Amino acid sequence: MKVLVGVKRVIDYNVKVRVKSDNTDVDLANTKMAMNPFCEIALEEAVRLKEAGVATEVIAVSVGTSASQEQLRAAMALGADRAILVETDEVAEPLHVAKAFAKLMEQEDIGLVMLGKQSIDSDNNQVGQMLAALTGRPQGTFASKVVVEGEQVTVTREIDGGLRTVRLALPAIVTADLRLNEPRFAKLPDIMKAKRKPLATTNFADLGVTVKQSMRLDRVDVPSVRSGGVKVESVDELISKLKDEAKVI
Amino acid sequence: MRESMEFDVVIVGAGPSGLSTAIRLKQLNADLNVCVLEKGSEVGAHILSGAVFEPRALNELFPDWQELGAPLTTPVTKDEVYLLKGEQGEREIPHALVPKPMVNDGNYIISVGNLCRWLAEQAEGLGVEVFPGFAAAEILFHEDGSVKGVATGDMGVSASGEQLATYMEGMELHARYTVFSEGCRGHLGKQLIERFNLDQGKDPQHYAIGIKELWQIPADKHQPGLVIHGSGWPLEDASGGFFLYHGDNQQVMVGLIVDLNYKNPWMSPYEEFQRLKHHPLLAQYLTGGERVSYGARAIAKGGWNALPSMTMPGALLVGCDAGTLNVAKIKGTHTAMKSGMIGAEALAQVLADESKAWDSTFAQLFDASWLKEELYQTRNFAPAMHKFGTLLGGAFNFVDQNLFKLPFTLHDTSLDHAQLLPADQAPKIDYPKPDGKLSFDRLSSVYLSNTNHEEDQPCHLVLKDSTIPTGENLTRFAEPAQRYCPAGVYEIIEQDGGPKLQINAQNCLHCKTCDIKDPAQNITWVTPEGTGGPNYPNM
Ligand SMILES: Cc1cc2nc3c(=O)[nH]c(=O)nc-3n(C[C@H](O)[C@H](O)[C@H](O)COP(=O)(O)OP(=O)(O)OC[C@H]3O[C@@H](n4cnc5c(N)ncnc54)[C@H](O)[C@@H]3O)c2cc1C
Ligand code: SF4
Repeated sequence: MKVLVGVKRVIDYNVKVRVKSDNTDVDLANTKMAMNPFCEIALEEAVRLKEAGVATEVIAVSVGTSASQEQLRAAMALGADRAILVETDEVAEPLHVAKAFAKLMEQEDIGLVMLGKQSIDSDNNQVGQMLAALTGRPQGTFASKVVVEGEQVTVTREIDGGLRTVRLALPAIVTADLRLNEPRFAKLPDIMKAKRKPLATTNFADLGVTVKQSMRLDRVDVPSVRSGGVKVESVDELISKLKDEAKVI
Repeated sequence: MRESMEFDVVIVGAGPSGLSTAIRLKQLNADLNVCVLEKGSEVGAHILSGAVFEPRALNELFPDWQELGAPLTTPVTKDEVYLLKGEQGEREIPHALVPKPMVNDGNYIISVGNLCRWLAEQAEGLGVEVFPGFAAAEILFHEDGSVKGVATGDMGVSASGEQLATYMEGMELHARYTVFSEGCRGHLGKQLIERFNLDQGKDPQHYAIGIKELWQIPADKHQPGLVIHGSGWPLEDASGGFFLYHGDNQQVMVGLIVDLNYKNPWMSPYEEFQRLKHHPLLAQYLTGGERVSYGARAIAKGGWNALPSMTMPGALLVGCDAGTLNVAKIKGTHTAMKSGMIGAEALAQVLADESKAWDSTFAQLFDASWLKEELYQTRNFAPAMHKFGTLLGGAFNFVDQNLFKLPFTLHDTSLDHAQLLPADQAPKIDYPKPDGKLSFDRLSSVYLSNTNHEEDQPCHLVLKDSTIPTGENLTRFAEPAQRYCPAGVYEIIEQDGGPKLQINAQNCLHCKTCDIKDPAQNITWVTPEGTGGPNYPNM
C-alpha cells in the first residue's frame, strides 16, 4: 500500500506573525518557515506504517512555491521515500490542493492519504474533507489513532466531548490531530541521504487540474489591543459599572 | 556507542566566519567533504549584529557578489557621530574629527543574519553540507590529545535527565580538522582556549553586551543609508556607545553596546537601552514607528592584545570565537569572514600535503594578511577606552588613528567579571518605567525575539555551585544576573521564607553575558537541545 502525505510549508510556530505595514498580508520576509506541525504528525504516522510493514512506500507531496522543496527534503529526512512538488506561485486554495491530491491519488495508486487536520497558517481545515468529496472515498478526520488491517483502516477521531471510532474501506483519507503521535527528530545521516532521494516537480496544468482563484485577500489587520481591566471595590460598584458604563444590564 | 560520520572538515557555527571557511575550502578544492553545524533552527536564526558592513572580505570571497544577489542593498550615504550630554542635549562631532576607523564611506547597512542566509545558500551550492538545528555539544579528542571532531547533543531528554519517547542519541562527527566558529564566547572555544593554553601571554579577553531592536518607521522619517553613532548619556557608570542605522524597507536598527567591565552591580544594560531611545536624537526617528524584533549578543572586543593563538592540533578557532573583531571600528563581520578564509587556505594546503606543519602554515598566511595589519593597528583602541574613559580615550585614539601611529602598546589586564563593586558601595539606579511606545519591559521584548526552548529538557545554564546565587552573589552584589541578563532569565524569588534563584531558561537569547559577567564565574552556558533559542528575522 502506498501512502501519500501532504506537507505544507508554513511560518514556524515559534515566530510571532507580523502584519505588513500596508496591511496587504502578513510579513514573511526572512522569517523562519517550517513544515506544518500537523503534517509532521501525519508523516510520522505514515513512516510508522512503513516501518511496521503495512505501507510499502511513503510519498510526500507539497503544493507551493519552489521554496517548499526545503520541507519536502525534511520530510524525506524523516522517512518519506520520495517527494512530489506541485509548483505554483499563486496562493493555493484548499480546493486546488485537494484537486491536485485527487489526481495524484489516481496516478500513484494510493491506498491511504495522510494529511494534517489543518495548517497553522490559514487554519482552514478543508483539504481532507474536500479530497474525500472529490474522490468519493471515505474520510477519518481528527485522528488520534490509526490502525490498518487488510483492506480497512480503523480511525479513532477526536470529537467534542469524546472519541468516535470509524472503520473505513481503503483507499481512504485520514487527517491527523495533535495526539496521534509524537514526531521523531531527523538524524544527520538521514538528512544527507534525503538530498539524494527523488524529488519530482509538476504543476497544476501537467496534472490536468484547472484552478480558479475564488478568494481574494483584501486586508490583514492586527487584532485590536485589549485595554486593561479595572478592579472594583464592591458588588454595588460592579453592578453600577455594568449598568452605566458597559450598559449590559 | 554513538554513531559517527567522517568528514575532511567539520565547522561548528554558521556565522560569517564559519560559512566563509566552508565556502573558501570548496572553492579551493571541490572534492573536500565539508559540513557546518548550526545550533539555530535555521541559518541566521541566532545571528544578531548591527550592522554596518565593510565589503572587503566579501569582495575577495565572491568578486561577483552583486550578480549573485548578496543582500547588500543599502550603501551608507551619511555618517553622523554624537556625544549625548544628557536626557536632551547632544553635540555632533564634526566629520573631520571622527577617528578614521569610524568613517563608513563604501560600506553597507545590512542584516548579518540575512548575509548568513545568503552565504549558506552559496555554500550549499558548492556542495557544503549545512545542518541547522544541530548544536555541537562536546569536543572529541584523539588519544594523542589532538581534536578529533565534535558530538551533537542528545535530543529528547527530560529536565531530570530521563530519555523521552522522542529520544535520539547525539552523533559523532569526525574530521581531519575541526573549525570552531561559534562567535563570541563560544561554549566549546572557551574549553579549547583553556585546554591548549591558547591565550598564554595574551591580555584577558574583554567583552561588551550589545542589545538591539529592529523598528519599522514612518516613510517620512526614513533616510536609507544614514548611520548614526554616539556615546555619552545614559551610560554614566559604564563605557559603551549606541548606533542607529537606516536600512531598507523603512527599517531602522537601533542598539546599545555596554562594556562588561562596568562596576555598578545595579546597572542594567537593558534599561539603559530602553531609556536611551527617549533621547530626542533617537526618538525623532522611532516615534510613530513599530518595534519588529529584539535581541542581544555579547561582543569580544579585546582585539589584537587578547587574540589567542588560533591553531591547535587538529583544530582552528576563527571569527569572534577567537576574537577577531576590530574594536576601533566596532566591526567584526568582515574580519570574521577573512579569518575563516585564511583558515580555509591554510587547511587546503595541509590537507593536500600532510607533511606541511599546520601551525606555521596558518601563521604565515595570517601574518601576511590585511587582517593581521588591521587588528595590529588598532591594538591600542580598547585599552585606551578602558584606561582613560570614553572621552580621553577617544582623544588618545584620535591621535593614534588619525595623526600618527603611537609606537607602543597599551595593555588591559583586568578581568571583566572581577570589576563589580559591592552593592552597598554603588549608587542604586532608578530606571524610568517603560512607556510602551518607545520603551518596553523585558518580557514583551523577549517575545519579539521568537525565542523558544523545548520545556522538558535539562537546564542549559549550569551552575557549578548552586548556593552562590543566593549566597555571595546576593548578599554582596544583589545578584546582578537579574539586571545584566537581557531576557529576564534570572529571577530571585521568595520561597519557603528564603530567597531562591529561578532560571527561566526558555527565554534565553544565547547572548552569553551570564557566562562572562557572573562575578563568581559560576554560570556555564551549555548548548541546549538543537533548534532551541531565538528565531531572529533580519537581525
Ligand atoms: C549589537 C552588535 C552590533 C554589531 N555591529 C557590527 C557592525 O556594525 N559591523 C560589523 O562588521 N560587525 C558588527 N558586530 C559584530 C559582528 O556581528 C560579529 O563580529 C560577527 O557576527 C562574528 O561572526 P562569527 O562568525 O565569528 O560569529 P557569530 O556571528 O556569532 O556566529 C556564530 C554562529 O555559530 C552558532 N553556534 C555557536 N555555538 C555553536 C555550537 N556549539 N554548535 C552549533 N552552532 C553554534 C551560532 O548560533 C551562530 O549562528 C556587531 C555585534 C553586535 C552584537
Ligand atoms: S541566560 Fe545568559 S545567555 Fe541567556 S539571555 Fe540571559 S545572559 Fe544571555
